[in-house]
Amino acid sequence: MSIEFENPKPIVQMQTMLQSVAENMMRPASREFDECEHSIPWDYVEFMHTAMKAVGGGGGLAPVDDRTNVSTDVKRPPIGYQKLAAQIEMLAWGDVGFYLITPGGGLGAAAVQAAGSPEQKAKFLARFNEDKPTYAAMCMTEAGAGSDTSAIRTRAVLDESTKEWIINGEKIFVTGGDKSFTEYEKLGKGFIVVWASIDPTAGRSGMRAFVVESGTKGVSIVKLEHKLGIRASDTAVISLVDARVPYDNVLGSPTVETNTKGFKGAMATFDATRPLVAASGIGVARAALEFLKEKLKENGVEIRYGLPRNKLTSVERDVIDMDIQLRSAWLMVLKAVWMADNKKPNALESSMSKVRAGDIVTRITQKAVEIMGPLGYSREFLLEKWFRDAKITDIYEGTGQINRLVVARQILGYTGAELR
Amino acid sequence: MYSFEPNEEQQMLIDAMGKYAVNDLRPAAHDAEESRELPKKLIGKGWELGLLQASTPEAYGGFGDRSAVTGALAIEEMAFGDLAGALAVMTPSLFATPILLAGTEAQKQEYLPKIVGGNWSPYTAALIEFNFDFDPNALKTSAKLSDGTYVLNGEKAFVPFAKDAEAIIVYADLDGVTQGFIVPKNSAGLTISAEREKLMGLNALPMYRVKLEDVRLPAENRLGGEAGHDFELILASMRVASASAAVGVAKASFEYAKQYAKERDAFGVKIAQKQAIAFMLAEMITEIESMRLMVWEAAWKLDNGKDDSAIAAYLANTGAADMAMMVTDRGVQILGGHGYIREHPVEMFLRNGRGFAMLVGLAIV
Ligand SMILES: Cc1cc2nc3c(=O)[nH]c(=O)nc-3n(C[C@H](O)[C@H](O)[C@H](O)COP(=O)(O)OP(=O)(O)OC[C@H]3O[C@@H](n4cnc5c(N)ncnc54)[C@H](O)[C@@H]3O)c2cc1C
Repeated sequence: MSIEFENPKPIVQMQTMLQSVAENMMRPASREFDECEHSIPWDYVEFMHTAMKAVGGGGGLAPVDDRTNVSTDVKRPPIGYQKLAAQIEMLAWGDVGFYLITPGGGLGAAAVQAAGSPEQKAKFLARFNEDKPTYAAMCMTEAGAGSDTSAIRTRAVLDESTKEWIINGEKIFVTGGDKSFTEYEKLGKGFIVVWASIDPTAGRSGMRAFVVESGTKGVSIVKLEHKLGIRASDTAVISLVDARVPYDNVLGSPTVETNTKGFKGAMATFDATRPLVAASGIGVARAALEFLKEKLKENGVEIRYGLPRNKLTSVERDVIDMDIQLRSAWLMVLKAVWMADNKKPNALESSMSKVRAGDIVTRITQKAVEIMGPLGYSREFLLEKWFRDAKITDIYEGTGQINRLVVARQILGYTGAELR
Repeated sequence: MYSFEPNEEQQMLIDAMGKYAVNDLRPAAHDAEESRELPKKLIGKGWELGLLQASTPEAYGGFGDRSAVTGALAIEEMAFGDLAGALAVMTPSLFATPILLAGTEAQKQEYLPKIVGGNWSPYTAALIEFNFDFDPNALKTSAKLSDGTYVLNGEKAFVPFAKDAEAIIVYADLDGVTQGFIVPKNSAGLTISAEREKLMGLNALPMYRVKLEDVRLPAENRLGGEAGHDFELILASMRVASASAAVGVAKASFEYAKQYAKERDAFGVKIAQKQAIAFMLAEMITEIESMRLMVWEAAWKLDNGKDDSAIAAYLANTGAADMAMMVTDRGVQILGGHGYIREHPVEMFLRNGRGFAMLVGLAIV
């Protein structure tokens, strides 16, 4: 091992390619799909699906090992997660709302990856490489259970006579819920992963994730939310009334044991995806910072790197601080995904990268709007949109506070009961 | 490739430095600060761990090549023990490393074997000046070429071990750019203050004012000889060193506060069980880790001659100085009133933490 900071060539190539997608396909349409919430940029969706199929990536949140022969090609360390993070960062730099509707399994497939059996993976994940763009979503949050996921009320009961699970409950804030569940002609058949309890007296150990196929009877999209930002991405409320799901669609053991494996399945998903969420936020912040620097330059404001702090103007200090924040946050993401690639446990690093990104992407975009004055506040430019888009980074997949809790418990050696 | 793990050799050095920091530097830190004196033996022991020796090629009496990454790793470890002690151990590098980086063959031959081959000996450098707007790239101390000799005038501040120094690299403005000059002890016109500097922190490190009044130096005493040298590289190496020391001091404060928070009771629980404390600790470690990566990247860029290494070093240094301020402040806060008492080290960490914003030039990788 060693300490190195050379961006691997395959990643550089991928970034160059995606940058042109971002510039030509995403940025020109950004404003339109921000203003027409819930309409779908089909050009982007279909292009990305074709492009990703061509390079063999299922387009989900699961890394692709692109070493030609994994067993003999041992000299090249795996960089699947690093590539994924870089890909997400670049797409989010283009438009994070678009990135969120990039076809693929998203968080739904990530849950299957983390908690499913080999048979389940084969059965549920193959669809993302087929002809039509296809989606999956993850349904954890409920009106009465957000950060406190153990409070979910959705119930799954086994019908012994038909060997089916019967699910009842209502899920909110499901990213991509509509595209994953509603049957669109242009889309393949997707699924949602629904978290429910098979034994409410068992607390977290009673929690299981169920794959619910699109079109399942008793399941309906109740509404799509109107949001501050990421408006190209649909956020659905989904109700389940006596929805019947095949027995084999439960991820993990179908019976309650005294451990918390089911819940740990969800947490394993988050360890893997938190740095990726951080990466998406960082893409937005980079867009904002680059825009800010460009506009300052146009207006003859030069940033004098290298001067002592007390000789800099306030704007120079702000921009330099933003540079530091952005780069350091990105390095934290890189370290977390590098650990994932190298099979090192990274729960601490994952949550730290999310804490850091949540903080700095909001700060950078908010500061950039301030510095740009009326230009920052105007919808003539995308800066105000990036400000709105960035904020979600500190909220979903564990709020900044919840990730601080995770970090604190790890460094202090505390359980959830010792530090609430 | 990206990779975030020290290699085997670096790990051995880190382990050795870490042991020295915890077993030797830290236990001595409090008394050294109070008595304004570092035991000679303590410095000698750190010197023998051989960071500079391992960074100097065999041709000049050492046994390795300089690596800014390795230097940064070692400095962080030592600064975790005690900043003043760490800076004292590394003072000879202030003289030797610039020569290694930018010196002429003759300069290397003359000084390096002497320095790395022997015991710790006071060779040092003078960069800082006593002005609020001190800027390493716009020095008030000047060098003028006249009849083949350089004439230096000005005053330097915070020069470690200047009183006993065999020779000092003095940085001065030469026609608008900063250049180093080798000033041997007893040079005519060179005056070292009788009094030591008295600063908010770093009291164990003996530092002096150095006055230069028409100090005349032969042309070959210019660092890099007639052609001079690239000061940017030296400044960047100083910034990386300062930044890694900042990470070490911050980590010292964090670890101490964390331990304390797990033991201190209030309202029936440990204070670490309160989110107000736990979240501060979570933010501290997050900032420390993020700045450590900035430092590593800047060091790696220096080692690999990347175009943007000077900016990377500047950003790492600026960010790490802010981070050290934030973390060491919270270190005191977490101990409450006890943090304000000099029996606990966190108040010293806080005083040291403030220094990083203005004290580039006291260490180099
Ligand atoms: C656009 C969008 C997309 C989303 N996508 C999905 C998705 O695809 N799937 C899904 O399942 N969910 C999704 N979510 C839900 C998201 O993960 C939750 O909103 C988030 O976890 C917070 O839950 P909450 O909104 O109920 O807030 P609450 O849990 O009510 O939190 C309110 C405030 O209290 C704080 N807080 C809560 N608990 C603690 C504690 N123990 N200590 C300190 N502070 C605390 C929080 O940090 C927050 O500031 C999405 C949300 C949004 C807005």
